[in-house]
Amino acid sequence: MLDVDITGNVGQLDLQARFTSDGGVTSLFGQSGSGKTTLTNMIAGLIRPSSGYIRLNGATLFDAASSVNLPVQARRIGHVFQDARLFPHLSVKANLTYARWAGRRQGTRDFSEVVDLLGLNALLDRKPETLSGGEKQRVAIGRALLSDPNLLIMDEPLANLDQARRNDILPYLDRLCVEAGIPILYVSHSIEEVARLSNTLVILSDGRTPAFGPVAEMLARTDLGRATGRHEAGALIEGRVTQVDDVWGLTFVDIDGAVLQIPNMDARAGHHVRLRIRARDVSLASIPPEGLSIRNAFEAKIKSISEESGPYAEILCSVGEQVVRARITRASVADLDLFTGKTVTVLIKSVAIDRRQRSPVLPNAVEHSV
Amino acid sequence: MDFFDLQPAEWQALLLTLRVAAAALAVALPLAVLTAFLLARYRFPGHGIVNALVHLPLVLPPVVTGYVLLLTFGRKGPVGAFLDDVFGISFAFNWTGAALAAGVMSFPLMVRPIRLSFEAVNPKLEEAAKSLGAHRIVAFLTVTLPLALPGILGGAILGFAKAMGEFGATITFVSNIPGETRTLALALYTATQTPSGDLAAFRLTLIAAFVAFAALIASEMLARRLRARLGGGNA
Repeated sequence: MLDVDITGNVGQLDLQARFTSDGGVTSLFGQSGSGKTTLTNMIAGLIRPSSGYIRLNGATLFDAASSVNLPVQARRIGHVFQDARLFPHLSVKANLTYARWAGRRQGTRDFSEVVDLLGLNALLDRKPETLSGGEKQRVAIGRALLSDPNLLIMDEPLANLDQARRNDILPYLDRLCVEAGIPILYVSHSIEEVARLSNTLVILSDGRTPAFGPVAEMLARTDLGRATGRHEAGALIEGRVTQVDDVWGLTFVDIDGAVLQIPNMDARAGHHVRLRIRARDVSLASIPPEGLSIRNAFEAKIKSISEESGPYAEILCSVGEQVVRARITRASVADLDLFTGKTVTVLIKSVAIDRRQRSPVLPNAVEHSV
Repeated sequence: MDFFDLQPAEWQALLLTLRVAAAALAVALPLAVLTAFLLARYRFPGHGIVNALVHLPLVLPPVVTGYVLLLTFGRKGPVGAFLDDVFGISFAFNWTGAALAAGVMSFPLMVRPIRLSFEAVNPKLEEAAKSLGAHRIVAFLTVTLPLALPGILGGAILGFAKAMGEFGATITFVSNIPGETRTLALALYTATQTPSGDLAAFRLTLIAAFVAFAALIASEMLARRLRARLGGGNA
């Protein structure tokens, strides 16, 4: 349980951040320059906030009022930096075990378990300079995990990697988030990563935290468009794979009220999955259409229609307990005579759902889903 | 007489020189590492003054440095008298005085490369070390110091060479006493002042050149192995 309420000025940035999270994966999401790294550095103890407090699992790490300011090495926070920061003069193995021989942390975590989790077996005797960017990040994550932390901060671990390397490392992150057993604070400006990995989402915008809460709820909020990025806005949907059609290469996912057909998912029947469906890929029809190539068409009830100027309207539609988000023109809203409570047909192009965005639902993610 | 057969006096000068340089290095190097680290990593009040003081022996005439040492550490000097009274340590006209002069003169030559190598080590690596639970001193010893080792080695070699060849400050501070303060450089100077000293001067020159050359080769080999171990050299 992480409880943060701090202010501070660093350079041009005026930071006022407040959020709490109940464990699992908490994502700190915001554009470049919004103060993500400053905030994590304050939590880690690398920068001193000017006021407020930081508490982790009931222990006070920083409290301006009572002059508590634990040094970095006493906070037990594993920090995975954007630039990995491996020690260049040490082997991968010595890097991984650094916290044990230099930090005197007698980890409860099994060394070989972490090595297996992150696929580091073949790298142990190498020097950091011989590793690829993705391998370096995996070693950095392992090194932080083996320091037996109470919280793992990952500051944009994928930011310096190309897309291919990212896809290499994401499956490891998926497993990590499920198996780490400690709270993770994941910093990112990529809504895809955030949607895929996190339980709780903290939005950071110009040094402020306008909103935080369960990730699906946050992504469905239309008032946060400026912070979450309008173009990439979308909703998270949890579902269960019911059937895999090998002939057509389609996977059927029951989202509780409708069944979506998704091409070539990396999942088997019975798997729980999490889908992010971008608002711009969703269309609405007032009557069920016929003769369409779009395979995903289902009925839903309009929950809300955003009231704003400009050509677009954001529409939230309920399907069972879940919410699909659509962005259509305001002209269409008028033409189709859409209003809150009306039943419409939601249309999603199957190919629009990027198969890379999917991951198994995290164990404690279900309770957060809307 | 065989040309390469060293005279007892020459042996004496060579061994004395090595002893003086080694003692100078042993005391000055840790201080130089500390000073270089402070200058590289911290901005404190008086930073510029400390920096200037460190470099002073480099720009002052060595005779001036030697004279200042004589005034301070000589038998009647304030520091010299105190050390003599309290600890029984005397620098006046003995080999420890020669080592002190050599150490002071070689200090700036050591601080400079060491400071540069500390500045080349990414301070963020220390942050990483601390986030893994290492105390700041442990972080320094396990990360920063090993990464700066090639520069420290370079500084040590440079300082050792300077200490071996120190002349002006030494002769001013502790004079030219055979077996006590007459190092190679001073012996060479003495030989050049002696009418029949040409052969001796030439031999001493060869000895000095050989020792310096051997030290350079050794340091180069050591540095190469270090760099290989540190992985690429620059952090």
